[in-house]
Amino acid sequence: MNPNAFIILSAILFSIGVLGFLVRRNAIIAFMSIELMLNAANLSLATFANVHGNLDGQIAAFFVMVVAAAEVVVGLAIIVTIFRTRRSASVDDENLLKH
Amino acid sequence: MIPLVTAQAVAFWVLGPLTVIAGIGMVTSRKPVHSALCLAGLMVCLAGLYASLDAPFLFVAQIIVYTGAVMMLFVFTMMVIGIDTVDEMIETIKGQRIAAIVGVVGLLALLILAVGHGIVSDSVGLDQAVGTEGNVKSIAYLVFSKYVFPFEATAALLITAALAAMVLAHGEQLFKKERQPERIVRRTKEFGELGTQPGPLPNPGVYARHNSVDNPSLLPDGSIAEDSIIPTLADRGIVVVDRDRLVTPTMRANKAIVDVRDDQKGVVPSDEQIASDKADENGTKEVNR
Repeated sequence: MNPNAFIILSAILFSIGVLGFLVRRNAIIAFMSIELMLNAANLSLATFANVHGNLDGQIAAFFVMVVAAAEVVVGLAIIVTIFRTRRSASVDDENLLKH
Repeated sequence: MIPLVTAQAVAFWVLGPLTVIAGIGMVTSRKPVHSALCLAGLMVCLAGLYASLDAPFLFVAQIIVYTGAVMMLFVFTMMVIGIDTVDEMIETIKGQRIAAIVGVVGLLALLILAVGHGIVSDSVGLDQAVGTEGNVKSIAYLVFSKYVFPFEATAALLITAALAAMVLAHGEQLFKKERQPERIVRRTKEFGELGTQPGPLPNPGVYARHNSVDNPSLLPDGSIAEDSIIPTLADRGIVVVDRDRLVTPTMRANKAIVDVRDDQKGVVPSDEQIASDKADENGTKEVNR
């Protein structure tokens, strides 16, 4: 089967992730959209590994997963900290640095 | 000629639309929990796609790391900051949503046009790269030879992230925590000055009947031990304060025992009779010898 289909699916998923990040105000959902973008990139990496016939793409995807896991831990801790001080998880309420 | 339908194609056309539907559901659902559910489904579908791309290690890692750990963390955070926060749909910047949708459609068109037909050769497949060792072993060889320094760096990254999470998630302590030595000093001082009991407080619950925390224990004289219940529960008013209610089951059981004993009087030998019977038995035994 044509491997370009996987790349196009990856592009669609990445765009959905961008859309969610731009549109949603809830910090957690914005974060989930970032995860979706990372997953879309992973899909294209796995596809390229299959196309080129070496495993480097799969290892890159594995490293992306590790980095995403670390990023989620820190990001969610930041969200909890902000929620503690501002009593809100909306990205619009984090405006202390505005003025 | 009938086109050859591979298992990869079947997996793609089943799981691909599902991922897109789940992604759109994640972006559009109002409640964060529904979004999390959609994202978890999307990640499982992606794991299936990895499996169809000859990446069994990524397939398992995706399910364990993403749907297992990461989504659990998301849901846990939702639990901490309130599960019923519905996203308000008011636009802070006017026209932002329309602009975002237009921009994303443009990005999608750009990506598909730019890289959507970028692969001109057919898939080589991983059979040669994997060889006879299998996917996981081949990946392990690569990770521990060519990619060993990035791998070490991820170890440092994970430790740093764990530390950062602990530092960020710990709340500020408002007053100094009382530890065992301070508590003993305080209790002894209170005992000397006020005569309060220095030992631990009595447990809640009536012996052998109820030991739930809303049941105060009874003192030997039948009155309620006020210390045995948590003050918070008493303030909420959910503590059993009726002494009769606590005592009644015990009294009823006691009465039933007494009644049965009265009924059986003469049928069942009393304690004295048993004792004398035993003595007789011993006597006859000795005689037999």
